[in-house]
Amino acid sequence: MSLLDYFRSTKKNTASTAKERLQIIVAHERRRRSSPDYLPQLERDILEVIRKYVDIADDQVSVSLEKSSDELSVLELNVTFPEEKR
Amino acid sequence: MAKIIVVTSGKGGVGKTTSSAAIGTGLALKGHKTVIVDFDIGLRNLDLIMGCERRVVYDFVNVINNEANLKQALIRDKRLDNLYILPASQTRDKDALYKEGVERVLNELSDEFDFIICDSPAGIESGAMMALYFADEAIVVTNPEVSSVRDSDRILGMLSSKSRRAEQGLPGIKEHLLLTRYNPERVIKGEMLSVEDVNDILAIKLLGVIPESQAVLNASNSGQPVILDTESDAGQAYLDTVARLIGEDVPFRFLNVEKKGLFKRIFGG
Repeated sequence: MSLLDYFRSTKKNTASTAKERLQIIVAHERRRRSSPDYLPQLERDILEVIRKYVDIADDQVSVSLEKSSDELSVLELNVTFPEEKR
Repeated sequence: MAKIIVVTSGKGGVGKTTSSAAIGTGLALKGHKTVIVDFDIGLRNLDLIMGCERRVVYDFVNVINNEANLKQALIRDKRLDNLYILPASQTRDKDALYKEGVERVLNELSDEFDFIICDSPAGIESGAMMALYFADEAIVVTNPEVSSVRDSDRILGMLSSKSRRAEQGLPGIKEHLLLTRYNPERVIKGEMLSVEDVNDILAIKLLGVIPESQAVLNASNSGQPVILDTESDAGQAYLDTVARLIGEDVPFRFLNVEKKGLFKRIFGG
């Protein structure tokens, strides 16, 4: 490692920001690509049902379908509840 | 039987046509009978890059519609006698290309040629889908830049799900990454994604790295595929790329800054 590398590592460059952003969005889009077409609608429906009881924002529900083996797929539902006001 | 290779990217302006022209010409230089087919219906440009724009009489769509035969539409290159171009039509009809018609023309070309290079239009609409549908191999042209990398990943998804090979359960399309407009100086400064960065994200086999080069614009200005400019860095990088495409083992060049400045000599790197 040269002296120049040492200075470089202290400041975050735009190329590494680009790489991180790409890794996240590409992974997200690959997951969505491999999931069934009905998933977005399912996510919206679940959101509506939960909203009947709790006030939550659009991004507080996430639904994903993971194929864990040839015979088994797992539907994962994540709901973030707002903090209760006391 | 010809090998069908699609040159694709999703994003526009990354160098698909430049690369199609260079790689097609390179394969012909290596002695393979090659045809480059322009799939960019409505926005014909391969003819300009190849320098045969004034010799276009009939086009791809004329052949599909049986208004001309292949012999009439194919343009033989003036420099290499085993290189041909099938120009795109200038029609505005988006549905001018359809599977059965494209398949018939490709089958006919396949009897005559060793390689068919399909120069895809940008985007993911029917023209781009037609260009990749029958491919055996794909060259995904990517710039080291966020939107290009993302669109390339999208196209990789299409290659593995929307192609003939995918639909018929055949072995998948062989995918190659061609990184273009690469600027090693900016990579070193941390201003541009490196070859390794792009490779980490897309995870397909690297076929070539073409440096950002003034030779590319000079080549297109004069209608000479840049690979014929063997003095230039880009021309040499395309020669290496073609050699790898036909299975030769060629080390990568132009990945580092050539001349070391005083600053770098002192601090290393």
